[in-house]
Amino acid sequence: MPHTLTATGFMSLDSGLGLWASADQSVTADFTVAGDSESPDQRRAAWMAAAQAGNRQAFERVLTDSIPLIRAVARRQGVSQDHLDDVVQETLITIHRVRHTYDPVRSYDAWLAAIAARRAIDALRRRGRRDSREVHDEFAMDSHTDSDDASAATEGAQRAQRLREAIAELPPGQREAIEQLGLSEHSLSEAAELTGRKTGALKVNLHRALKALRERFNGEP
Amino acid sequence: MSESQTHQALIDQLGSELVPVRRLLPPWLRAAGWLLVVALIGVLLVMHYGIDAMLVRWAGAPDLAWAGVGAALTAISASWAAFSLGVPGRRVSWAWLPVPAALLWIAASGLGCLRSWVAPDTEIAGMHQTMNCLVFIISFSVPLSALMIWLLHRAYPLRPVLTAVLIGLASAAASASLLEICHEFDAAATDLLTHALAVALVVGINAVMGGRLLSPSHRS
Repeated sequence: MPHTLTATGFMSLDSGLGLWASADQSVTADFTVAGDSESPDQRRAAWMAAAQAGNRQAFERVLTDSIPLIRAVARRQGVSQDHLDDVVQETLITIHRVRHTYDPVRSYDAWLAAIAARRAIDALRRRGRRDSREVHDEFAMDSHTDSDDASAATEGAQRAQRLREAIAELPPGQREAIEQLGLSEHSLSEAAELTGRKTGALKVNLHRALKALRERFNGEP
Repeated sequence: MSESQTHQALIDQLGSELVPVRRLLPPWLRAAGWLLVVALIGVLLVMHYGIDAMLVRWAGAPDLAWAGVGAALTAISASWAAFSLGVPGRRVSWAWLPVPAALLWIAASGLGCLRSWVAPDTEIAGMHQTMNCLVFIISFSVPLSALMIWLLHRAYPLRPVLTAVLIGLASAAASASLLEICHEFDAAATDLLTHALAVALVVGINAVMGGRLLSPSHRS
């Protein structure tokens, strides 16, 4: 019979046992049974504690449950509707990467909100920098002579060459994702068929590849 | 593919990569570990220099003792604050924790400046000696800062520069506390300025270097 563990029970057990998340801690834990008195925050805290111990089901639940919270935080930070999902994806990846920093005796929502706010600010800064580099002046657009300008053409070729080199140096999975989705402009499902990879894997690899390229060219995360 | 499906695909992918992780130790415990190293260095210095000279100096100039206590409390509170800021979700107001102790340290050290007027016969530091102080504080602060940055390598400071400033403050304060054990002369304006310069250098270098080392982009 599986051992039933509510979120509150898990949190007190965790604080009693101390600091190490062991794999067997949650394997038998039926975290789907939550006490009525538990708040959503406590429930998510219990799931994340189980996820730290390697419980995939708990991890997927806590991530799914986190999406509306991340969106709310990003919206509050001023991220536009069009870019909310980028912040969600970045935050989900960050949660995965830094899940060991969560302390189950403390609020999961506060931990998540801090990470989501950081990712939202990063997204706004990136966007701000991109906007500041773009030219909106109509005269500039009309009089732009890059097709006739040899130096501009050379510069463009050099930039393309640098980008090709940077892509070539990416890990194989990331390179494949950016070639399929970014350069060949295949849809996710087409790319998945062509490469035999899952769409999720392609999406993650594309995000990581773009992040690596951004860091390389702009020095920003 | 709709956005919710994309999120689900990402969650599936991240779930497939899931492995058990070792949880980060609580900030107070990691701060205690770092302070233990400082304490061990202090014990070695006491074994080498003895404690009598320090006690005699403190009896003659209690403000020096208060400055030493202030520096030690600054090291404790700044290290605790630095490790706390390494955990997402902790309040940024943790950064204020070392301020009262730092004020005690600065105020008590400042009293030493008056010594040359109040008690002109007291032995005060010459330029050569103050340079020794500078070298002492910096040469102890560098490894102590490096140790703390290493202890923070699994953390995720959302404010890397502020965290690095606290690391610098903790390291400089710890070094100034250790200096009390083997400080052979009384505080004076030149000495205080040298200490302030050393602390500013350590904090500044940490803010520039440590901020980069601790920033998420550097470590991802």
